[in-house]
Amino acid sequence: MRRRDFLAGCGAAACGMALPGCAAQTPGLPPGELSGSDFILGHRLIHGSFPPPDEIIPVPVLIVGAGIAGLSAAWRFCREGFTDFALLELEREAGGNARSGENAISRYPLAGAHYLPLPNREARAVRAMLADLGALHGDPSAETPEYDERYLCHAPQERLYRLGAWQEGLLPRLGVPKAELEQQGRFFARMESYRAARDRQGRRVFTLPVAYGGDASEWAALDRLTLRDWLLAEGFDAPSLHWYANYVCRDDYGTDYRQISAWAGVHYFACRTGQGLDAGDAVLTAPEGNGWLVHGLRDKIAAAGEKLLRTNQAVYALSQDRRGCQADVWDAAQNRSLRYRAEQVIWAAPLFLLPHLARDLPAELAATLATIEYAPWMVANLSLQAPPAHGAGYPLAWDNVLQDSPSLGYVVATHQKIRLTPGPTVLTYYHPLSETAPAAARKTLLRNTRKIWAERILADLSHAHRDIRALTTRLDVFRNAHAMARPLPGFRDSVRQGRLAAGWERVRFAHADVSGLSLVEEANYWGVLAAEELLAARHGGTLRERLV
Amino acid sequence: MTDSTPDFVQDSAESSERDSHPPRMQHALLASVFIIASCGLAYELVAAALASYLLGDSITQFSTVIGAYLFAMGIGSWLSRYVEGNLVRRFVQIELAVGVFGGFTAVALFLAFAAQMGPFRGLLYLAVLVVGVLVGLEIPLVMRILKREVTFRDLVSQVLAVDYLGALAVSLLFPLLLAPYLGLMRTGLLFGLLNVGVAVYALFLFRAQLTHSGVLRLFAGACFLLLAGGLAVAGKVSDMAESWLYADEVIHMESSPYQRIVITRWRDDVRLFLNQNLQFSSKDEYRYHEALVHPGLAALPEARRVLVLGGGDGFAVREILRYPRIQSLVLVDLDPAMTRLFSTAPLLTRLNDHALKDARVTIVNDDAARWLEEHADVFDFVVADFPDPANFALGKLYSTSFYRLLARHLAPDGRIAVQSTSPYYARRSFWTIVATLEAVGLKTAPYHALVPSFGEWGYVLAGREAPVMPAAYPEGLRFLTVAGTQDLFHFPADMARLPAKPNRLNEQGLVRLFEQEWQGVSH
Repeated sequence: MRRRDFLAGCGAAACGMALPGCAAQTPGLPPGELSGSDFILGHRLIHGSFPPPDEIIPVPVLIVGAGIAGLSAAWRFCREGFTDFALLELEREAGGNARSGENAISRYPLAGAHYLPLPNREARAVRAMLADLGALHGDPSAETPEYDERYLCHAPQERLYRLGAWQEGLLPRLGVPKAELEQQGRFFARMESYRAARDRQGRRVFTLPVAYGGDASEWAALDRLTLRDWLLAEGFDAPSLHWYANYVCRDDYGTDYRQISAWAGVHYFACRTGQGLDAGDAVLTAPEGNGWLVHGLRDKIAAAGEKLLRTNQAVYALSQDRRGCQADVWDAAQNRSLRYRAEQVIWAAPLFLLPHLARDLPAELAATLATIEYAPWMVANLSLQAPPAHGAGYPLAWDNVLQDSPSLGYVVATHQKIRLTPGPTVLTYYHPLSETAPAAARKTLLRNTRKIWAERILADLSHAHRDIRALTTRLDVFRNAHAMARPLPGFRDSVRQGRLAAGWERVRFAHADVSGLSLVEEANYWGVLAAEELLAARHGGTLRERLV
Repeated sequence: MTDSTPDFVQDSAESSERDSHPPRMQHALLASVFIIASCGLAYELVAAALASYLLGDSITQFSTVIGAYLFAMGIGSWLSRYVEGNLVRRFVQIELAVGVFGGFTAVALFLAFAAQMGPFRGLLYLAVLVVGVLVGLEIPLVMRILKREVTFRDLVSQVLAVDYLGALAVSLLFPLLLAPYLGLMRTGLLFGLLNVGVAVYALFLFRAQLTHSGVLRLFAGACFLLLAGGLAVAGKVSDMAESWLYADEVIHMESSPYQRIVITRWRDDVRLFLNQNLQFSSKDEYRYHEALVHPGLAALPEARRVLVLGGGDGFAVREILRYPRIQSLVLVDLDPAMTRLFSTAPLLTRLNDHALKDARVTIVNDDAARWLEEHADVFDFVVADFPDPANFALGKLYSTSFYRLLARHLAPDGRIAVQSTSPYYARRSFWTIVATLEAVGLKTAPYHALVPSFGEWGYVLAGREAPVMPAAYPEGLRFLTVAGTQDLFHFPADMARLPAKPNRLNEQGLVRLFEQEWQGVSH
């Protein structure tokens, strides 16, 4: 270490350090709360006992879980005019990972999901849903439909904190050697060729939803190694590229690129072809993240029938026989148990719950479900009295990422506002616990107090924003121990895939867990597919409209 | 300067004295090294921060200043081999020079920048080189002085360790305490005093070995007084320098939470600067504001309700109030400091004819878009007089989303007049604004006027129906005539329409375009 290195670093590094002598001036921790998917109830569902049901409710179709998948299924029913169903949600609010919160400053993403890339043309159900919600104008099947500019993410969209300054975009470029930049170019050209890849019948291979993909057997080798191993095997060794690849895997799937299936990694880069009129390949977002989808679908469902969506309903036992299904439900709001008798069940909740609740689940199915691993996440919302100081380089964007950080950075809830005065805002900070094995990470997640998380978050952000602690007026931490399925090598195995898609007789599986990619497009696909299959069966096999 | 006194501090006599220095002196010298190192880094940080502050682009400034400084230190270290004679005397001389040069660098550079003397970058790097060379001399000299009493291995480890420690101390203090609380000038001067302090301490420490040091002592005293004096008047110097940035006498200076407001006067020319950008000159502002208001409003005989966005100086309001038919006017300007100033200061209210005190005028201090979102009022005529789209926040006020929002407040046959930067200097930006208004379904009539202080300036009239030419103007206009109006709507070849993409919020192409076009225009 020469003086030169030290000096070059000090302009930036000094800003991030705190003087021991100044500790007395450090403001205390901002208030906030620790919340998360209902752990106590969750554990009780698995281990605990509930009073016997005191009421039996017959319903033709029961949908369990009101995340994007369950909401999509219910929306599809309502679109068809079919309202003989009940949609049950364990939590107080519908939405799952797309749930949002609101305070005096802004709405904000609560559980994490915060954007939807412009859907591919093949994602007809997603586009129809966006049209119903007023976010897509005109023909949903157009090559480049017109999207409502309220939801198109404003510029500047992304920036990366690197070498003490902010650069535009998330792919490291600032100070990256020319050879690495060339390698980056080569990598993206390669991904472009995967985007164009077609099977013998001319169908694209990497599509979204995945189910529309053509025969992928030629590409099956990708699912046998990790993304990192694939990169190295293909001669991609640029550190900047490896950082970026790892970032996107953690961002989309909460999984380190040393563990994720290379097929999932390539799919991320190659699957998207969605474009909008005058919008390029933007993303759709709102202050509440994907909460606007939840609110829109919830309102559509409420308009079709008053009590179709029922929250605080925890299914603790599920069984079926030749006559139908039976779901025992704990109503946390009324402190009593109910029994739903349904002809059909759409299971739109995470699949790992099933073996715990369905005692007569076939062992082979339970074994297949046990192969799904889940990524734990921590999401924090920081209320700020003003946005953090500008810093060197590119200005505050919607998505702001720190390269040397265990987190994924933060998004700015007020970004979509047209304001000259920055004013107070809410930052949503993301941290998938992908550094350690999920079980160990889950323990850490549950053990750490809010204080520990808050100190870590503020220390992390202070590398780029030394004023962050003084600006933060509230810091809420949200924990999700089973946030999403991890697409590990082998997740595309056709036998496994087929088994998950087949479901359990009268219980259809409709969750992104089925395809193993936790994306709005996947959740929507499985939800709408289940709904359309049931509708078709009721209408003697025909449907006016097929969206999937 | 030659030193004829051959005393034992000279290199030639060094080894014989190895054990005669008590460890106290060694510690004192190491303490000096700590201070010297702190000062050395401080000058470097001050110069880099000042360059970033004045020239912008902090990455370039920090990188080049630090590079030049390190290079100069290398020259200094190399030159140290030629320093001979009484080393302590030399050391004291160098400390005094570093103190004065280093200490006054920030003051001198700031004054030079403000007075626009010579090429500023040249002066900057000259100063960095001079101070860097002097600082580079220090540590080798100290090592040579200490060489007599410490073994080489200990010497290198101790001196360099303390050197780095001093650098660390300042690198932490500078961003946390010094720059925010003292400012760059005072920080520089303070470290200059520390250097002089080291010199004085050395004079005291080696008093027995420094004969004939009267002149040196006198000189040290002068340096001390000079720097202390500088420290005392630094605040005044800073104000004075800022006033030099403006060609004319500054008659009002104020910092609001939103901007720095400066008003200057030279004879009967009053000028307003916001964040050092000229907003108007009283010599020709009537041209700008007549052109902004009348081509649109004079053609609306039914107009009763008017909205002005931006324009807290009240000049557009003054023009609008020429029409007796106007019943209500809402002025939405972000900065209460601006509207207060232009409602109360006699010199300024004379210029805007007390327009902001008119009973028909309602002043709202709010963000324009927030006010539009939260109110439902509808207007016959709207003036959008925002600063140019120089950043992403301002660019949003020239977007399809914003114009859609604005159109919701427009009466069926109402008109919007938009100030749209210069169609000459920023031709593509201007036509982008036109295309943006058209993209939300409005019909436009772009026009331009010559405002000598700004150059050729552009405006766009927009409405649901194509705007028509006025048949008459109110009394008392100094610039516009009915006969000449047609010419304003004609664009000569060098400003003629170019194909342009509307400015949408997901791309904000206008902001990038505007930056490109105005870059290099020294206006």
